[in-house]
Amino acid sequence: MAKVLVVTSGKGGVGKTTTTAALGAALAQRGDKVVVVDFDVGLRNLDLVMGAERRVVFDLINVVQGVAKLPQALIKDKRLENLWLLPASQTRDKDALTEEGVGKVIDDLRSRFDWVICDSPAGIERGASMAMRFADEAVIVTNPEVSSVRDSDRIIGMLDSKTVRAEKGERVEKHILITRYDPSRAARGEMLTIDDILEILATPLLGIIPESQDVLKASNVGTPVTLSNADGAPARAYIDAARRLCGDTVPMQVPTERKRFMDRLLRRRAA
Amino acid sequence: MSMGLLRLLRGKKASAPVARERLQILLAHERGMRGQPDLLGVLREEILAVVSKHVTLDPTKVIVRLERGDDVSTLEVDIEVPNDFDRKKAAVA
Repeated sequence: MAKVLVVTSGKGGVGKTTTTAALGAALAQRGDKVVVVDFDVGLRNLDLVMGAERRVVFDLINVVQGVAKLPQALIKDKRLENLWLLPASQTRDKDALTEEGVGKVIDDLRSRFDWVICDSPAGIERGASMAMRFADEAVIVTNPEVSSVRDSDRIIGMLDSKTVRAEKGERVEKHILITRYDPSRAARGEMLTIDDILEILATPLLGIIPESQDVLKASNVGTPVTLSNADGAPARAYIDAARRLCGDTVPMQVPTERKRFMDRLLRRRAA
Repeated sequence: MSMGLLRLLRGKKASAPVARERLQILLAHERGMRGQPDLLGVLREEILAVVSKHVTLDPTKVIVRLERGDDVSTLEVDIEVPNDFDRKKAAVA
């Protein structure tokens, strides 16, 4: 049965698009049929992070408004057989996202894919509320930092009240994904701990993605981080998170600074 | 343990516990407010409506401040009233 998953956060710049691309690719690599949908109308970036920016012809708004058929707008990934992208419009207004129109597109996507992953824009406006509106599950991307945690709390409140599931008295299954986790700052007591965040947000943990150059490098070349450096720490953390989404029991890895310390040592020797 | 030791050696206080405490207090308040009408906004509108029945107000000369304390909060409404307000109002009436 198809699952609609929203990747959301409230705050901008925490890693929603990176996470959408990475989880999408990881799930597709497991053999599931996956579509990643960009809801950031006017500021689309998922196409760029996925390396499909030069192949966008039609977009979500075109499909919502009936200008294009869904198969015309879907872009097939060049690396993975099972991975598709539905880009956002770069020119239209976000008000073009009507609830009825988005609902129809999501229904259509449900019948074609195993996973429909909706990349939410930042904020709590129309784009964000439409991205979560039809979700069965939510990944709340949170940085270990006060403003991000506060916004995540607000988004959790919306998931529990403003989604179709919530209005039917059902629950959207929520997961916290902590990104940009810096082990050395954590060791110095300069960063909210994982336990602090989970206790405050009272929501289970899906994974911890360490701060890493891999993520920037991956977006530079337009490849999901799980494909660009599959052995790197962020890729492994995303792959584990994708397995947990599928119901596998995977021990949680808390990033430590040991490796970074060794890196520094080796680099110094080399110099 | 190692965290405490590190801090001791550096003689610095970790900021993470402060962040945690501030968040807990703030979110307890914000969760309670969710779905409630914006009390501060309502009070400001109604107070200004009452005052402007009698005085011609310049909306830019009205300052509303809120200070949230642990047990009580204070709402401060600062309205600048021109000295000849009574004469103007009387002339209109």
